[in-house]
Amino acid sequence: MGGERIGRVMAQVAMVMNLDKCIGCHTCSVTCKQAWTNRSGVEYVWFNNVETRPGQGYPRRYEDQERWQGGWRRTAGGRLKLRAGGRVKKLFTIFANPKLPSLQDYYEPWTYDYEHLVTAPLGDDIPVAEPRSLISGEPMDISWSANWDDDLGGGEALGSADPMVQRLGDQVKFSFEETFMFYLPRICEHCLNPSCVASCPSGAMYKRSEDGIVLVDQDKCRGWRMCVTGCPYKKVYFNHKTGKAEKCTLCYPRVEVGLPTVCSETCVGRLRYLGVVLYDVDRVGEAAAVEDEQDLYEAQLDVFLDPDDPDVQAAARRDGIPERWLESARRSPVYLLAKRFGVALPLHPEYRTLPMVWYIPPLSPVVDALSSTGHDGEDAGNLFGAIETLRIPVDYLAELFTAGDPEPVERTLRRLAAMRSYMRRVNLGEEADESIAEAVGMTGGDIERMYRLLALAKYDERYVIPTAYGVDEADRGVIDEVGCSLDFSGGPGMGGMGGPVPFGEASGQPRPASVENFHALRNRQTSDGRAGPPKRFNLLNWDGNGRPPGLFPHRHEDEEAS
Amino acid sequence: MSASSVEYLLWGALPYVVIAVFVGGTIWRYRYDRFGWTTRSSQLYESRLLRVASPVFHFGLLVVIVGHVIGLLIPESWTSATGLSEAAYHVMALSLGIIAGVATLGGIALLIYRRRTTGPVFSATTVNDKTMYLVLTAAIVSGLAVTLLSAYTGITGGHERDYRETVSVWFRSIWILQPDVDAMSAAGLGFKIHALIGLALFALFPFSRLVHAFSAPVWYLFRPYVVYRSRDRVPAEATRPIRRGWG
Repeated sequence: MGGERIGRVMAQVAMVMNLDKCIGCHTCSVTCKQAWTNRSGVEYVWFNNVETRPGQGYPRRYEDQERWQGGWRRTAGGRLKLRAGGRVKKLFTIFANPKLPSLQDYYEPWTYDYEHLVTAPLGDDIPVAEPRSLISGEPMDISWSANWDDDLGGGEALGSADPMVQRLGDQVKFSFEETFMFYLPRICEHCLNPSCVASCPSGAMYKRSEDGIVLVDQDKCRGWRMCVTGCPYKKVYFNHKTGKAEKCTLCYPRVEVGLPTVCSETCVGRLRYLGVVLYDVDRVGEAAAVEDEQDLYEAQLDVFLDPDDPDVQAAARRDGIPERWLESARRSPVYLLAKRFGVALPLHPEYRTLPMVWYIPPLSPVVDALSSTGHDGEDAGNLFGAIETLRIPVDYLAELFTAGDPEPVERTLRRLAAMRSYMRRVNLGEEADESIAEAVGMTGGDIERMYRLLALAKYDERYVIPTAYGVDEADRGVIDEVGCSLDFSGGPGMGGMGGPVPFGEASGQPRPASVENFHALRNRQTSDGRAGPPKRFNLLNWDGNGRPPGLFPHRHEDEEAS
Repeated sequence: MSASSVEYLLWGALPYVVIAVFVGGTIWRYRYDRFGWTTRSSQLYESRLLRVASPVFHFGLLVVIVGHVIGLLIPESWTSATGLSEAAYHVMALSLGIIAGVATLGGIALLIYRRRTTGPVFSATTVNDKTMYLVLTAAIVSGLAVTLLSAYTGITGGHERDYRETVSVWFRSIWILQPDVDAMSAAGLGFKIHALIGLALFALFPFSRLVHAFSAPVWYLFRPYVVYRSRDRVPAEATRPIRRGWG
């Protein structure tokens, strides 16, 4: 930082995902859905989804901003403007949002007519459970869903519809020998310059000043739907039952007590990292408005502050960031991977929102490919040479992560390759070769530290999350059951919509998910009696033993007896 | 001619009941049901018709509201003082009123058609919505009818009592707590029906989805783009030991 004045310091809980490790198992999506969107009104919503790339993604072709008009654009005068139009245009189009994806762009959610299996009359044919739309209740043909093209992305039919592939033109080959694919898990980016927040006419969306999590105030949202358009990642969704916007919360009730998000916690490949990044909020606007799109990645890195710098620490204390947050920032795996090692890259920096979920681009299967041609697949020279001819084209990765600039992607892949080469020598008991590290602008010490973080890091090293301000440190980890915030008896989370209410479905007061609720949860878990009205039993928590109360509905005899 | 007791109830007492329900109901709804305070948009289900019908209806309605404010609040003597003749005023008011009224009616007709014929939209329609649509449509139809009738009598040279000497005088008198029942009872039947439906609409307003009109986000024009908020701080304490999520 030197003599440069440090503006207001803010902290952000950010994420890095190592795409090399993603096996596309969708555990993150499923556990997220169970925790947050297993309610009517958000059947079609996946706060976390895993896309096969090349592919169209979810909702279909969301990256085509010519069509969806998400994110920011830079005006000729160097100012930032919402791509979908400024404030006045927003108010004039408020009666019908012209750029709202339809349900078909996501997919029409469905269930199956299971009842038919047991009620069908005796006949020659085995009864089948036909699909029924969850929107209209009518029988429907299933032709698309959030993950329809899973593993098919590399094929011509679906891969060629990828907006990034189309931008590259003929450079991406779909011949069978050259086909490639990888998985891209996506959540809300919790951007430093969130265009969804800027699009909200009601001011219901906000970025939390303590941890940077972007949230929707459900009591202030009036359902104008502009945020859905504003988000270029299409990670704000409209709950069609409540008429309110909903989005990934970065599992703030968990993060507040120092626990990782559900998607991170349950990740089979352990590819997610969570940590605090300190940044200079006064320079966010300037960084988001740099002229050349390809400079946005570097500009965003410049906004991040070095937590080891005493000046930064002093400025952070001045701005009221607690000591344990500073301590956490110093141990942040996200800062290490993004800034110090420079191997994590933002997703679509060209949207100018300064996203805060970063990705380590996939290197595999370069070693096997080299070995099969008779070369030493882990020799540094061979690896470096192979990067330009990787099966996953660098240009394609660059379209995703650096607005098309291949240089940072190549550097990242070279560093990952150097790490393999360097560590092989160490593991074989050979002398560490500092020149391998130097060739990619690192030191041997850095490489070993990066290796530890990418290959071995345990729970406490992958997830370095301080508890929220005002939450006692002793609260750390008190939640061991994540309930749905709408899971109160008769509430939307329990299948019903809270009984008949005068103002339409889901009016009334929702229970916010908060640390305080988790205290109530803990009391319920630990007290002897049953708290509140009888609950339905949550089968997900059932260990298969006994017959817990609420597992079966009351029998009539029971009611008569009682 | 003196007004009957029924007229006293309708034009002397009822407006105050409606005002009390409107104000009290809105405050109560805001306190009790901020979560239900939304447009309850159905655009996700159906967009093609909505994209045409909703703006036509809403913009038409905005003009209608402005027309009502001018017609009811500005006394005839004021417009005359600016040199605007009564005839010219009426030509202007009626022509603009008819255009806006037809747009509003056409818009709501298309919206109701959409609501009835699109399955998911219809199944998301509550009894409350249906009641509201009924009263709102009745208000628009009766309003447009008296406008057309006034225009017709104006063209044919007939003589109906000007609403600016009857309804408007009564409306203004409500706010000074001296309701001029005689003025209103002298108005034509059409105006009386329209006024009653209007009162019903205002009584219904706080308890229906119409409340979203109060949320017109004008403030958006003036606020900074990115909103920062602090976590609500509630003192909390824990009694359980630290445990890892994965046991």
